[in-house]
Amino acid sequence: MSTFVSDFKTRATEKAGDLRHRSVIRTALRSYEIVRDKRKAAFQSWESARQAAAETKWEAINHLDKHLVALTSKLEARGTKVHWASTGAQAREIIAQILRDKKARSIIKSKAMTSEEIHLNHALEKEGFTVVESDLGEFIVQLRHEPPYHIVFPSMHLTRGEIKDLFQKELGDAPSDSPEELTMVARRVMRQKYLTADVGFTGGNFAIAETGMISITENEGNARLTAALPKTMVTLMGIEKVLPCFSDLALFLPMLATAGAGQPMTCYNTMYSGPRQPGECDGPEEWHVILLDNRRTELLADAEQRDSLHCIRCGACLNVCPIFRNVGGHTYGTTYSGPVGAVITPHLRGLQDWKHLSNASSLCGACTEACPVKIDLHHHLLQNRRNASAGEPAFFERLAYQIFGLVANEPVFWSLAKKLGWLTQPLQRAVKGSALDPAKAWTKTRDLPPQPRESFKDWWRNRK
Amino acid sequence: MSERENILGRIREALQVSAPLPGAHGETSAHTHTESPASHAREWLPSVGATGEEQFALFAKNAADLKADFQLLASRDELPAALKKIAAAEKWSRVASHEGELSNFACKALGLPVTLTDRGYDVQAMEKCDAGITECDALVAQTGGVAVTSRSAGGRALSVLPPHHVVVARREQLVADLPAAFALLQQKYAPDFPSMISFITGPSRTGDIERILVLGAHGPKQLTIFCV
Repeated sequence: MSTFVSDFKTRATEKAGDLRHRSVIRTALRSYEIVRDKRKAAFQSWESARQAAAETKWEAINHLDKHLVALTSKLEARGTKVHWASTGAQAREIIAQILRDKKARSIIKSKAMTSEEIHLNHALEKEGFTVVESDLGEFIVQLRHEPPYHIVFPSMHLTRGEIKDLFQKELGDAPSDSPEELTMVARRVMRQKYLTADVGFTGGNFAIAETGMISITENEGNARLTAALPKTMVTLMGIEKVLPCFSDLALFLPMLATAGAGQPMTCYNTMYSGPRQPGECDGPEEWHVILLDNRRTELLADAEQRDSLHCIRCGACLNVCPIFRNVGGHTYGTTYSGPVGAVITPHLRGLQDWKHLSNASSLCGACTEACPVKIDLHHHLLQNRRNASAGEPAFFERLAYQIFGLVANEPVFWSLAKKLGWLTQPLQRAVKGSALDPAKAWTKTRDLPPQPRESFKDWWRNRK
Repeated sequence: MSERENILGRIREALQVSAPLPGAHGETSAHTHTESPASHAREWLPSVGATGEEQFALFAKNAADLKADFQLLASRDELPAALKKIAAAEKWSRVASHEGELSNFACKALGLPVTLTDRGYDVQAMEKCDAGITECDALVAQTGGVAVTSRSAGGRALSVLPPHHVVVARREQLVADLPAAFALLQQKYAPDFPSMISFITGPSRTGDIERILVLGAHGPKQLTIFCV
């Protein structure tokens, strides 16, 4: 068993039995489904909107080369410097080089999962740069030196009391455990950082090929400030974020807000089309956009699962997933957790190392139903299982099924097996779940229904 | 070969095999459009009402849900008193704003010292202002939000740095829905767009601590929208 699997199992077992964790996650997600359903119901047709969103992303992804060329030529025409990175290491080096060229010391960051994906903060801090996360949830997990728990709600696993203690320890400032006052502490800390940061760093939610824009969605205003005050702005974005038309945003922005947080619109949806332009009074003098591949093209090459590149990272599939809700975000050990993480991580980091994530699913399909762009998530989990076992067949599993096939096809063996089963079941009950039980992984938490003395076949034959 | 060519090459190679059409799985049958699939968004997004009156009522309701303060004034003559009332209640001593027919009128009516952003400004000075007063490009009835740009609203920082953002808008700037707002921006600016276009939907907010709503995370704690 690889360490990835055993780590996952250890953490999952621990979290699934952690009642405190369960109650925190329940509190955090309790109202989500209610408000989301209310917002969905406000749509004249959420289902038609989903279909259109899926078709729009299909067009974008299946003509990705054309849209990326259009996007970058529009961006460059207005003075934006576009960089391309095949790997995380290349992206880190491009960003570090920009910071060295600018003689930058401090970087203010707004939330970007791509930067988690390439472990940017760690690399920049090692080079001596100061990196501050400005999104409140990201700021909290940065102070705790841990990765975000959830792609949209990074600190949802923490209580106000824990955040108060953290602020007291790290910032020496925590007047009470009221969310309002704790938020104001972060606001005060961050204000000065904004005014003095050399470089502002952002991610991107959508890139518009038609007009050459990058659209950023946020509630706090931290990305707005990040893109307004520092002299240099750096944006890192996956190549799959493209939408063909400016007007597509009229559909995608309310859908992202609805699916992600049950909001009609996120507070700030901002489209950037360049650095400060002639006649404008503020904004960065330079804007660098880094387009990241990092094995997305491998996912693109799998036509069957290509639609997982439609993902707009709303987090809806995480919120509704019974596995995510039980084992929690950190258990996955991946940048992208939940159902979508289980689908794409094997492509981004290697199928054999991450195939176990596809088994961490009840295949209930709640994720597929929740997805605003109709990614066929639970079938992709099955396809990952199929691909993984085709690549590396499990010897004992195959042997077990071969024996079962033999027994089930031969009436003599079958009736013998039935008799043996009835005779040995007291023995099974005695060792159930213990080290002596060959099926303990299964029987530890499950009961086998008792096998009756008389089978249906016997009863049928003997009936009067 | 540059990384650009490497990546585009891998994309083109990957796309030689075509993917199943969206919605081909599950219960919905696949269909394709000749136009942009999102071009009918208006028919699916939340409904907005047919008349201007209904749309103003919807805007007011949505703004109230977002905890924004929306004041529909009978004429611009009512603006000075309404502004002064807020300024007195919050003890404003200095505001930031930009050149504009309506924003100039508002600042003059207030009679307070003004930091104008148009010809450059000191960020520290703006940070100390009590309010940022801006014009806008559109009010969106469907969402209760406003659209601003770096050209129409005094740059990038003015609408997010001061603790209170005051928008002064004209009645005719109300649009029914998001598709109308995007069409308006495209018509007004394309191809020379302002470097920033922002849809502001309510005051700055966060739910990062136990999913409890707190206003004024980094941007303004308060958003007031005057419509004359």
